[in-house]
Amino acid sequence: MSLYFTKEHEWVRVEGDTATVGISQHAQQALGDIVFAEAPQVGRQVRKGEEAAVVESVKAASDVYAPVSGEVVEANGAIADEPALINTDPEGEGWFFKLKLSDPSELDGLMDEGAYRDWSAKL
Amino acid sequence: MTDDVLTLPLDRWHRERGGRMVPFAGYGMPVQYEGIMAEHLWVRQSAGLFDVSHMGQLLISGDGVDAALETLLPGELKALGDGRLRYSLLLNDAGGIVDDLMATRQGEGFYVVVNGATKHGDIAYLREKLPSLTIDYLEERALLALQGPKAVDVLEKLAPGVAGLVFMQAGRFSINGVDAWISRSGYTGEDGFEISLPGTSAEEVAEALLADPLVKPIGLGARDSLRLEAGLPLYGHDLDERVTPVAADLTFAINKRRREEGGFAGAERILAELRGGPVQRRVGFAVEGRQPVREGARVIDSEGNEVGKVTSGGFSPSLSKPIGMAYVAAGLSEPGTRLTLEQRGKLFAAEVAAMPFVPHNYVRKGAQK
Repeated sequence: MSLYFTKEHEWVRVEGDTATVGISQHAQQALGDIVFAEAPQVGRQVRKGEEAAVVESVKAASDVYAPVSGEVVEANGAIADEPALINTDPEGEGWFFKLKLSDPSELDGLMDEGAYRDWSAKL
Repeated sequence: MTDDVLTLPLDRWHRERGGRMVPFAGYGMPVQYEGIMAEHLWVRQSAGLFDVSHMGQLLISGDGVDAALETLLPGELKALGDGRLRYSLLLNDAGGIVDDLMATRQGEGFYVVVNGATKHGDIAYLREKLPSLTIDYLEERALLALQGPKAVDVLEKLAPGVAGLVFMQAGRFSINGVDAWISRSGYTGEDGFEISLPGTSAEEVAEALLADPLVKPIGLGARDSLRLEAGLPLYGHDLDERVTPVAADLTFAINKRRREEGGFAGAERILAELRGGPVQRRVGFAVEGRQPVREGARVIDSEGNEVGKVTSGGFSPSLSKPIGMAYVAAGLSEPGTRLTLEQRGKLFAAEVAAMPFVPHNYVRKGAQK
């Protein structure tokens, strides 16, 4: 299992050819109280960098971008029912969706956990 | 104005208390401390301390000051008693809203609070239009707002006598030995006070207020959601120079005498709109589902034509659902009217809702003229 991050503050946890995607601790803190989240439809093909999900806090809307390309194989229904999960457990129970990776080499362009934490701490 | 972000008297105080500072109206201002939702709900049940020192505090004086101001403001100022305040509008010659403000009779003159982002323009406009008056910009003063149902309990301990004020009444008080001008007013829909005091004493007074466990510091984020629930328009969003007080649904600010006599900027157009109705009107709306529909979203008819625009939108922490304000064609302004909103290509079902969304909690009892 490997964990990667993007400069747009998504995280990707890879197990086999399945990638679970969410937003980082840093991102949920910046957004504040999250009141709405919408994951993509299962079966949708997303390309790396494409808008895949929506997250809204009391104050602002934000897009969640697909960190890698693939087919959506699962959406987290729990965050639709309880968006605050993204605040309380952004890198665990507050995940957004799972992808079947179509090009694992795309992961090479992402940050590892250490690099992301160092980089985001300076923002 | 420059691009530099200026600091206000409580800047350090906010940072020390965990305030997340953002540029607003040219100043660094706290958007939140512990979180907008918690701060919002705290104000609705206890007392919240807001720093609104970015707003412009003016002292306007001169011979015939009330008659002169009435040429630009459509409100009743001549009959306004000492220490009484009114919500009013600064109008341009076309009847458009240059700013919204609070005007208080203070002895021989008027103490006026205007929006932070518009204050320099307001001052220039007032000086140009009313050259016989003296417009003093009280730049060295800070402005605090203590809002919520427990605000009166907190403030009465520090400034004995404030409990005797009713909504829209003001007076001079002493807080910990600091001279303060305090009005029972605010912009959250709750009972509360606005406290004008020397900037040099702001930290000391803010600290004295916060020492009461009923009080928490509240950022501008919750101020925005509170005023939205209260149905109160925000200048630069729900109000601007293109809309009249009639379109903005603020006709309560034009009293009977002014409607009969006219004599204010843009009166011809405004009085005609009062008789015949405006083309568009500001309304409140509630959105189905949980996703907020925000400023800039379009109101569309069944053919997809734009029939209005959302000017404020967000999530109501008190009601736990998305609400907002929009300008819509007058024919669509009745509460209960179904609306379709379009945001980033997605359609939302909404319904025109009576405002305020959350009932006002002002203390009017015992009010005297």
